[in-house]
Amino acid sequence: MSILIIAEHDNHTLSPSVLPTVTAARQLGQDISLLVAGYHCEAVAEASARIEGVSRVLVADAAHYQDGLAEELTPLVIQQVNETVRFVLAPSSTFGKNLMPRVAALLDVAQISDIVRIQSADTFVRPLYAGNVLATVQSHDPIKVMTIRTTAFEPAKLVTTAAEQIPVSATPMIGRSILLDRDRSKSDRPELTTARVVVSGGRGLGSAENFRLLEVLADKLGAAIGASRAAVDAGFISNDHQVGQTGKVVAPELYIAIGISGAIQHLAGMKDSKVIVAINKDPDAPIFEMADYGLVADLFQALPELTKALDTLNS
Amino acid sequence: MKIVVPVKRTVDPNVKVRISQDGHSMDTRSLKMGMNPFCEIAVEEAIRLKEAGKASAVIVVTVGAAACEDILRHGLGMGADRAILIETELSLQPLAIAKLLKVVVDKEQPDLIISGKQSIDEDNNQTGQMLAALLGWPQGTFASKVELEPNRAMITREVDDGLERLALTLPAVVTTDLRLNQPRYLKLPNIMKAKKMPIERLLASESGIDLRSRLIVQQLAEPTKRSGCMKVQSVAELVNALHNVARVIG
Ligand SMILES: Cc1cc2nc3c(=O)[nH]c(=O)nc-3n(C[C@H](O)[C@H](O)[C@H](O)COP(=O)(O)OP(=O)(O)OC[C@H]3O[C@@H](n4cnc5c(N)ncnc54)[C@H](O)[C@@H]3O)c2cc1C
Repeated sequence: MSILIIAEHDNHTLSPSVLPTVTAARQLGQDISLLVAGYHCEAVAEASARIEGVSRVLVADAAHYQDGLAEELTPLVIQQVNETVRFVLAPSSTFGKNLMPRVAALLDVAQISDIVRIQSADTFVRPLYAGNVLATVQSHDPIKVMTIRTTAFEPAKLVTTAAEQIPVSATPMIGRSILLDRDRSKSDRPELTTARVVVSGGRGLGSAENFRLLEVLADKLGAAIGASRAAVDAGFISNDHQVGQTGKVVAPELYIAIGISGAIQHLAGMKDSKVIVAINKDPDAPIFEMADYGLVADLFQALPELTKALDTLNS
Repeated sequence: MKIVVPVKRTVDPNVKVRISQDGHSMDTRSLKMGMNPFCEIAVEEAIRLKEAGKASAVIVVTVGAAACEDILRHGLGMGADRAILIETELSLQPLAIAKLLKVVVDKEQPDLIISGKQSIDEDNNQTGQMLAALLGWPQGTFASKVELEPNRAMITREVDDGLERLALTLPAVVTTDLRLNQPRYLKLPNIMKAKKMPIERLLASESGIDLRSRLIVQQLAEPTKRSGCMKVQSVAELVNALHNVARVIG
């Protein structure tokens, strides 16, 4: 009985989403293969081999794996699912969500999305209805294809002794989908889903210009910046900052929601944060029901005050 | 060019749902139902492509009970040409739904399928990808922009680290994200017209497809409640609480 994990990476660095996925896999069994499919991805394979709990790294290096396209990766994953493989795992990122249903359909099994708890080898817990309900589901399929909610599992540790790397032969190129370009948002800030502190802004900020007020605060706290859908829709900030049911799920130690009303779709993405702070001028905003600390105030007054108070604290 | 749009009936995104007494299902009996928001975006996109002269026909399809007729009529009211109900009383999972949709796709031979990226009830985010896999077609998931050329679809996708642009050889499957478009409001004459349009029906049970559930829901539970909100009166009080009580800053 073995477990296959599909590594998410950009050919240079391994995504941090892989580490909690390995932790989830270790709750299922001991024999864990990590599949690294990419192009000139030696550094990723090297890093993968040093994750605690990984038994071996399978490396498929070919030009058509360069862009992580689901159409190209699916036949490779299926090829690696031999008689002993009982579980195929990937993080529940846009990479995993794009790929894993495709894999499951061709294996003729269900795909289990966004697992937050592993109860036993066939029973898992996952959120439904924007996290308003937790469902315990039992799978009757011989192979379980699942995506793991990375905030629900601790990241696996790195070790000095490296697991073995095994080259695997590439499957033929399909070529019906081609990546034209990527518009990666670059930032020096911590990555949103793994940041210790997240400062999030909503429609209350009013404009893209005002939204930058959050940056000053985030700088002081070493925080990542999040946003509500309304803030993204209004063009205050790019889509990769959206937190929620249909955006990213975060669970930092500290989440500060500023000018966000607290719609269930937003709460779905942040309610597992350790400490939640809400700043909103409406005392009845639903965000306060989810918050640990609430400040009813005009954000344009509270934000500069908060930034200043942190300066004083730091000095 | 024909476009097939699979749609799903879900609870309205603004209503609060509750778990039934039996602890195995959701109590949706008296709740407002409608077309899943992502599916509505999919219909809107297909209609816009038709209005722009890029598509000739739009077919909306759903899998579900007779009650699902309402969302098909909604799709017709938005401007779809035809509607197909694959009828079943069973509550089906994405793989079975994808297989049933494939029956329609095999018959209709569309060039493009546009579906929602996820339904707001079960949040699976699977059906479009599964259908693409079963058909052996390329997929453009989480699309925020769709442009059609004679043999290709150019898709902008919302991914975790920004945007990605793909060229897909048709036929292809596209799944929609929120920012693809803003669905139109239905006009009364269109609603009236849609009421009179025929709905084509198939029986899921006659498809020969194994519809059994692969995943059995053992229990539904509410997540643990958070401990409650302490209202602070000032920024100073807030900073003090975060620093000295919660110990998450400084
Ligand atoms: C299918 C679907 C999926 C969705 N997915 C997501 C998702 O993933 N993430 C998400 O966030 N949303 C999502 N939404 C949208 C969600 O329902 C809400 O519309 C959205 O979260 C609202 O954003 P907001 O809180 O910024 O805006 P609003 O609800 O407009 O709230 C703005 C808040 O700012 C406060 N405010 C205004 N001015 C000030 C000021 N000067 N000082 C202090 N406070 C001020 C107001 O009191 C108000 O509470 C989804 C919706 C649907 C239908």
